[in-house]
Amino acid sequence: MNSSATFVEERNPTDWQSRAMQQRIRKRYAAERRFKALGISAIILSAGFLAFLMIVMVGNGLRGFTQTELPVEIDFPAMTGGASADQFKGANGPANLRTLGVQDIVNTSVQIQYGEEGSELFSAGGWQTVNQEILKNPQIVETKTTLYLPVESEIDVAFKGSGSETAEDMVAELKDQLSTGFNWNFLTNSDATDPMQVGIWGALKGSLITMFITLLIAFPIGVLSALYLEEYAPKNRFTDLIEVSINNLAAVPSIIFGLLGLAVFLNLFGLPRSAALVGGLTLALMTMPVIVISGRNAVKAVPPSIREAALGIGASQMQVVFHHVLPLALPGILTGTIIGMARALGETAPLLMIGMRAFIATPPGGIVEPATVLPVQIFLWSDEVNRGFVEKTSAAIIVLLLFLLTMNALAIYLRNRFETRW
Amino acid sequence: MTGSILFMLIIVLGGIAWFFGRVKASRFSADNKKRRAVHSLPNYHGWYVALWTIGPALLFLMIWNTASPALITDAALTSPAAEQLPQDPFARGAILAEARSIASGQQVQAFNPLSQSMVEPYRTAISYYRTLGMVAALLLVFACGAFGWLRLKPELRARTKIERATMVLLLFASLIATITTIGIFVSLIFESARFFSMVSPIDFLFGTEWNPKAVAGPRGETGFGAIPLFWGTVFIGAIIAMIVAIPLGLMSAIYLTQYAPPNFRAWMKPILEVLAGVPTVVYGYFAALTVAPALRDFAVSIGISGASSESALAAGVVMGIMIIPFVSSMADDSIAAVPSAMRDGSLAMGATKSETIKKVLIPAALPGVVGGVLLAVSRAIGETMIVVMAAGLAANMTANPFSSVTTVTTQIVKLLTGDQEFDSPKTLAAFALGLVLFIVTLLLNLIALRVVKKYREAYE
Repeated sequence: MNSSATFVEERNPTDWQSRAMQQRIRKRYAAERRFKALGISAIILSAGFLAFLMIVMVGNGLRGFTQTELPVEIDFPAMTGGASADQFKGANGPANLRTLGVQDIVNTSVQIQYGEEGSELFSAGGWQTVNQEILKNPQIVETKTTLYLPVESEIDVAFKGSGSETAEDMVAELKDQLSTGFNWNFLTNSDATDPMQVGIWGALKGSLITMFITLLIAFPIGVLSALYLEEYAPKNRFTDLIEVSINNLAAVPSIIFGLLGLAVFLNLFGLPRSAALVGGLTLALMTMPVIVISGRNAVKAVPPSIREAALGIGASQMQVVFHHVLPLALPGILTGTIIGMARALGETAPLLMIGMRAFIATPPGGIVEPATVLPVQIFLWSDEVNRGFVEKTSAAIIVLLLFLLTMNALAIYLRNRFETRW
Repeated sequence: MTGSILFMLIIVLGGIAWFFGRVKASRFSADNKKRRAVHSLPNYHGWYVALWTIGPALLFLMIWNTASPALITDAALTSPAAEQLPQDPFARGAILAEARSIASGQQVQAFNPLSQSMVEPYRTAISYYRTLGMVAALLLVFACGAFGWLRLKPELRARTKIERATMVLLLFASLIATITTIGIFVSLIFESARFFSMVSPIDFLFGTEWNPKAVAGPRGETGFGAIPLFWGTVFIGAIIAMIVAIPLGLMSAIYLTQYAPPNFRAWMKPILEVLAGVPTVVYGYFAALTVAPALRDFAVSIGISGASSESALAAGVVMGIMIIPFVSSMADDSIAAVPSAMRDGSLAMGATKSETIKKVLIPAALPGVVGGVLLAVSRAIGETMIVVMAAGLAANMTANPFSSVTTVTTQIVKLLTGDQEFDSPKTLAAFALGLVLFIVTLLLNLIALRVVKKYREAYE
């Protein structure tokens, strides 16, 4: 009854110049600006947090690569009764050095120079520096030499920044003798109880062995499953099951993999605790889904024309895949693998479950020996009460981040260099 | 170490077999009369022989390694020293396990004199069976290798056979993911069942007192009520972390996709993604070293009582920041999936950009964003190191973000590190917690994926 035509409302055209309208537009534009500002501040906040994290870690950690030293004058000819430099050359050097009693020599020298209490100024393991010096340059045992030895941890902390009051006093007293040197021990030693003697080499070696095992297992399995699922798998329930389990595994919390490793590898198979082998196996199960998913995308990206051309000139299905598709997809697969490995390298929780948190003072010699890895070492050091460990923890974090950065940069390089857009 | 040497040896022998198979096959095509009959390239013949050489031997070794411990124990039990063993199966098992680990060199000193007497029989049994296994494996290598080599003929369809074997390998490789999933499920269920035979599931799931140390007897335990842990997990992972991550992640995604110049976007996106690549142990250390003390000082200065240096807030905030790239990339994807006609329509009507985003894009993208948030939550509640290092161990049921709470993952780490007896409810409780965590994250993921998928379909 009411035809639409009768309903045309008489309206005045909007007067955009009116005060009310102008105000309304101003308000809307202000809201627009606020929203934009909100967006940029979210980004600044996130990026700022990242920058803050990096600055704190680098600021704390760089000090971990240096150590405070005091000079000690050692009169080798008098103390050793005339040891010759030849004794410490070659293969027998370390054995002969052990009979020399370097620790006593250093202690006596320290006491001569700094008085009865002198030993307390120095790190308990500091005499090992002398050992290394002798092996590096045996000539010094025939002369009177001045060597720089690391000081005790509290003094080290006080000299670098703020330490306890007594340590600050000592630093004030020794001010002109204390010097700062590069802490080579940090790169070559393993875990220790004295923060002046700790190093990351043991943990780093453990990490490398673990990563090697992870790669050795996860890479072939990941690549083969990706090939199967993309190239051969029939569309049926069984294939669906495989796909679902791979996607699920990629989302399972890492600690669950640790529980699996504990229940299956340690308790069921009876593999040794704390070993890099078990750590590598556990991380491989975790990394494999990442490789499969990135591998499938890489295989999918190879255009069908390649396959058809190969089939057309008489290659078998298997030859098509292994001679043509796989090499073309390899850069993409490798990129995904490196990203997965970087994640595994930073993983801590599953390794705690399988006992890789033991105190390991010597670098692991094989895949079944007790080992620890870099992130776990960071976790262990972060628990230490001694203040000297703060900078060592941060220094270890710097090393870990450098490794991750290198791996990610490599992945980006590979992607840019080899990825073909078809 | 002999095991790995044997393995290497077999692989090397396989390489040699490959070479000989190849040499023999390449003669086929040299001979003009046989030439027409040759089916496969020499390479495939080589692989055929190599497979015969390695395959059966490795299969045998695998079976041998699972079967031989039982055989070794049987052999050791027939020795005269075994007669003194106690009849009680538990004590007996403990002694045998100790003797075995000494004999295989994993342990140096025996605690029980009886196990010392069992070491010698074990050692002889182990070396006997190990030698037997090695000899048998090597015999298999040569016998099967020779068999394969003798079967090489021009007509042999070596390529087809190799391809079939490769297919089996491919299928096996893709089954490993399924096996792992099943393995996780079965091992968690199995250990949890043992736990629930000691502690009732009702007490565990609905009890409000968590104090595993107070447990004394084998029956009627208290102190395994996991509600405080669930609350702590939800409080840190699903509430505090999300309050940080959702606004920051969503706004970053909106700014980067809608406002930012392409150049800025190209730089900023990878930088934000670094946040997800930093190892969690680094975040944990940062939270414990820098964020937590700062928050505690802040709380004390504004007069909040009960402020702890292990606060839920510190762990939650840092975890939220870790999750930002995750939320932002999911939001990015779902906003990009909104058809541009909707956006253009809104803009053409005179809406400003922010009005379009708030009233058109976000409502349209909401299911995708919600799915992304669910995935982020599932990630946050499974996160371990940040909470272990920053959240503390006190099982409090409190909504005060400055006090200390504990989470499921923290307690799993706590229960499983340190002294472990594998039958105590304390250790097994970790598996029950793991089972709950596994099921919850699995459900969250399934729901999230379904939501995202439904929503994608809506626009296709």
